[in-house]
Amino acid sequence: MFEATALNRRNDRTQALFRMLFLLMTLVLIVPVLIILTTLIVKGGPVLSVDFLFTSPTDGMTAGGIFPALFGTIWLVAVALLVSVPLGVAAAIYLSEYAPDNWMTRVINLAIINLAGVPSIVHALFGVGAFVIFFGFGTSILSASLTLAIMTLPVVIVASRESLQAVPHAFREACWNMGATRWQTIRKVVLPNAVSGILTGVILEVSRTTGETAPIMFTGAAFFLPFLPQSVFDQTMALSLHLFVVSTQVPGVPEALPYGVALVLIAMVLLMNSVSIAFRMYLRGKKKW
Amino acid sequence: MAENPHSLDDFDRRTPDWYVDRLMQSLVFIGGFSAIVFILGIFLFVAKEGLGFVTTDFDPVEFFTTEYWAPSDEDAPEFGILALIAGTAAVTGLAMLVAIPFALGAAIYIGEFATGKTREFLKVLVELLAAIPSVVWGFIGLSIMNPLIIAVFDVPVGLNVLNAGIILGLMAAPIMTSIAEDALKAVPDRYREAAEAMGATRWQVIVKVVLPAAKNGLLGAVLLGVGRGFGETMAVLMATGHSVNLPTSVFDSVRALTATIAAELGETAVGSEHYGALFTIGIFLFLITFVINMTADLIVRGVRKG
Repeated sequence: MFEATALNRRNDRTQALFRMLFLLMTLVLIVPVLIILTTLIVKGGPVLSVDFLFTSPTDGMTAGGIFPALFGTIWLVAVALLVSVPLGVAAAIYLSEYAPDNWMTRVINLAIINLAGVPSIVHALFGVGAFVIFFGFGTSILSASLTLAIMTLPVVIVASRESLQAVPHAFREACWNMGATRWQTIRKVVLPNAVSGILTGVILEVSRTTGETAPIMFTGAAFFLPFLPQSVFDQTMALSLHLFVVSTQVPGVPEALPYGVALVLIAMVLLMNSVSIAFRMYLRGKKKW
Repeated sequence: MAENPHSLDDFDRRTPDWYVDRLMQSLVFIGGFSAIVFILGIFLFVAKEGLGFVTTDFDPVEFFTTEYWAPSDEDAPEFGILALIAGTAAVTGLAMLVAIPFALGAAIYIGEFATGKTREFLKVLVELLAAIPSVVWGFIGLSIMNPLIIAVFDVPVGLNVLNAGIILGLMAAPIMTSIAEDALKAVPDRYREAAEAMGATRWQVIVKVVLPAAKNGLLGAVLLGVGRGFGETMAVLMATGHSVNLPTSVFDSVRALTATIAAELGETAVGSEHYGALFTIGIFLFLITFVINMTADLIVRGVRKG
């Protein structure tokens, strides 16, 4: 039999020690956030009701619900998706299926990395300079959604490209050998196998767009509006900005109200992310190759 | 990328399908090309609005090295962003002090120690934490951290470098953890197996084999975290206290570059000096993050080639 030497024992101890240390570090990152989330639920929970979701703010935004903000966020996200999903999926198809390995492809990839890395407030400045002023859309849903679409474009591109590239190359070769063109291969073989992966990316993008505040502050979201937007050329309230407004800009807001707004916002975002993650796991489990 | 399957057929098989393929190739190319158009557009439009300020008696030395930011003073407006740079640097610096060690530690635990269900669970948790919107973090700084800091440290105001630094650290850490964990995963298993076959313990494998091999990816993760902290807006706007100040301790309130734009753009007239100054800060932010992102990309790409 093997006898544990002093060296073995020391190694085991070192290993156990570091394992504990790194587990501790992981917990230090996670536990405070869980405590914070619990606080949000405890303090914001009592505010929530059907009325809170479906009525307008009243009494100078110190009472009432969040309906116009919720409604506005849905508008902003929907219009942003109309732009970013077609562009993003097209870009992903190009990069995954057509792009040659040349300087142009390299520049496109760098541009995507930088689009994702530019601070959100700089995106906001761009939105003001380009859409509000230069193209003359004014502060409107259109301007805000275009700004959001460009900012979140990398999310769609990266997720879609990943799911396209996960389709085995042999599938494509088999199809090409039958005489199909590249596009026929993409449409009949690659896309059907990648579409659910692309969908998880789109859900992530919806979640990200919902939470963004800085890019819409000056391009289309208003602190308070007494009416709902009628078209994409109107301004709108938005949930993320509403949280900023009720927690910093309005005097005399009861303490629980902003907690309620924060809770609704975070619940929407985390729910969408969870759906996306669950969907991805389900797909991974189902995959046949 | 794949070789063109049509190369032999091109001269005699230009069927309608061939043209459809070419058309679709051009269409999807537009999607890819749009990323270049947008990034150039961002630079050009932000620069265009800042141009008026930069071309009329703009003194870069004064702009970057004085700490007096009083843009709405009617008699003698002052445009010095040193205090704002110091605010951003202090908050980002503290955030990285919090985030880097813990994010790398968490990445090592998740990537190298945790197994099976625990690992999946932790990964999902980290991904969800990374999704919390920045305005919610700002609200947390304002309503939870603020009274906590006042109570624990017995200071009059809890909106300061410490508050924003912790918030930003907690915010940047999940992203850094994810990217760092990817970098660890990219180290081929046969490296670990070879080391283990030589009798190395798990810990020795990590220190002597995995970390050196993943070094560049980890550095890239750290840089992306720095870029993220640097460009964060809503959280620092709400948690720093927002007073122009060269900080001397973590309990000083400061104001960040990004937060200044967010707080003041709404109250400036288009084309005014103040408006131009805010866009000039925007150009500065754009260029810095551009350099950070490019460097991170070069470093990460460096490993893949090696």
